[in-house]
Amino acid sequence: MTQTTKAKRERLSPPITNVGVIGWLKTNLFSTWYNSLLTVIIVAAMSWLIPPLVRWAFIDSLWNSSAEACRDIDGACWSVIPQNIKFIFLGFFPSGQEWRPVLAMALLLGLVIYSKDRSRWKKSLAWLWLINLIIMGTLMYGGVFGMPVVETSQWSGLPLTLLLSFFGMVVAYPLGVLLALGRRSKMPAIKTLCVVYIEMIRGVPLISLLFMSSIMFPLFLPEGITIDKVLRALIAIILFTAAYIAEVVRGGLQAMPRGQYEAADSLGLNYNQTMRLIILPQALKIVIPPTVGILLSAFKDTSLVVIIALYDVLKTTMVTLSNPDWTGYSTEAYIFLATLYFTFCYAMSSYSRKLEKDLHTGH
Amino acid sequence: MSDSQTKTNTENAEQPIIEIINMHKWYGDFHVLSDISLKVQPQEKIVICGPSGSGKSTLIRCINRLEEHQRGQIIVNGTELSNDIKNIEKVRAEVGMVFQHFNLFPHLTILDNLTLGPIWVRKTPKKEAEEAAMMYLEKVQIAEQALKFPGQLSGGQQQRVAIARSLCMSPEVMLFDEPTSALDPEMIKEVLDVMIGLAEEGMTMIVVTHEMGFAKSVADRVLFMDDGEIVEQNSPDVFFDNPQHERTQLFLSQIL
Repeated sequence: MTQTTKAKRERLSPPITNVGVIGWLKTNLFSTWYNSLLTVIIVAAMSWLIPPLVRWAFIDSLWNSSAEACRDIDGACWSVIPQNIKFIFLGFFPSGQEWRPVLAMALLLGLVIYSKDRSRWKKSLAWLWLINLIIMGTLMYGGVFGMPVVETSQWSGLPLTLLLSFFGMVVAYPLGVLLALGRRSKMPAIKTLCVVYIEMIRGVPLISLLFMSSIMFPLFLPEGITIDKVLRALIAIILFTAAYIAEVVRGGLQAMPRGQYEAADSLGLNYNQTMRLIILPQALKIVIPPTVGILLSAFKDTSLVVIIALYDVLKTTMVTLSNPDWTGYSTEAYIFLATLYFTFCYAMSSYSRKLEKDLHTGH
Repeated sequence: MSDSQTKTNTENAEQPIIEIINMHKWYGDFHVLSDISLKVQPQEKIVICGPSGSGKSTLIRCINRLEEHQRGQIIVNGTELSNDIKNIEKVRAEVGMVFQHFNLFPHLTILDNLTLGPIWVRKTPKKEAEEAAMMYLEKVQIAEQALKFPGQLSGGQQQRVAIARSLCMSPEVMLFDEPTSALDPEMIKEVLDVMIGLAEEGMTMIVVTHEMGFAKSVADRVLFMDDGEIVEQNSPDVFFDNPQHERTQLFLSQIL
């Protein structure tokens, strides 16, 4: 009945000042006198800043030239990137073997992109990952199929950054979930252990953990036993990130209504089933935004390994800039690096938003 | 209990399906349930009523150990509830529970809500569980919603799904904890109709409710609880027309 009434009612167009370009300008830029003032100021500032920036970055710039050519220009010398791309990306990986880390990274990124689709999250995908991780490890380390061994001390640049951040996140996440469950456990020993662990790790900066892993930890090992330096740094990053994940996940667990536990109990599900099938899927979904925040910081914090003399992509860039030919082009190099980090971070955060939307089951 | 319309099972020599013997429960220092004794025969329908805070929900929640009792015994279908988690899980699988706020799993489809228990607890093959689930959804007249999520259903529909979810476990007993209290008035009937249907099929039911019409037409016995005690229990006719206890009279005068 309401349908017919609606159809019969005469349709009026909204006033001209509310629609179209004029309407948009009015509501968004000039709605009040102070908004109009702000608009004017911002437009003025932009017209003052943007043209010189464009001139510097695009018009007066060189994109692929020698260092000498850059001396004569006023604009950006982007050439610092292509001229040093091999070292920035691959660092000390032996020459002639560059295809190995490149292929390994391509496999990793390809697999990550392949795994985006939730319909592919099956057991077979886990196997695919396992096989590919072995292939990637073999490619990097070598020692078989005529590939010379490349010690981890020579792993550097982007492969090292990706290795530290990917494994840092992928291992820290489940560990963090376990810690969160442990902290809520009814068993006092487990609970205490988890609380002490989480609070201790959160109480120290990542840098100190990295120092401990690289300097103090080896002192406690029996003579003759060494643990790989990259591995030690990776473990420090994992332990650090897991503690933060744990607290975020705990927040999600606390947000779960008691009725969900009771409904699961009343069906006769045991603790593991309740957690795995009912509680965690919902709790982890709730905390996607803060979790992604932590994963993004973890990704960026991997650059702190420079202080323990690991050559991640930030450090290889710094080394490039210490070459007398290229000193002075740090702005260009760091803008490039920032773009690189931004690309990865933005991809992660937009994927998380998509995931959140896909998992939404409300009205 | 001599009324001809009411089918009483109490005179049967049959083993009671639920037996509660001198049970006490405290929340801290607060004595919520005091000396509760109750026998429920198979196929018996019991309605528990009483003012809020009288312990009626707590009592039925003790029956599947959502609450722990501190003294006395609760024996469900031959299994005594103790701290033994295996016994608790066994009892819970045999006792269906319907909650005031439905407590469906919002991240699962209706069908998955129904098959979860059978697949993981009873180890029923997925296909078989789904067939059974569709049958129960048919029964609560909601089969066309099978692939939707709980958040897309109305309250009455959700509660019917919740009933179907319990039924999928083929329970011996169904507990209802104020199943219609959270519903809009126009949805109460659709849920009560499902419950009446269930009663007619001979399900053993313990229902905490304020729906006195339902109590009158379905219950074999009505229990009145106040202040953590069972004050009075009787067949619905006697209970409503001739309440024995002063507190029952007061309660009934307030709600009828």
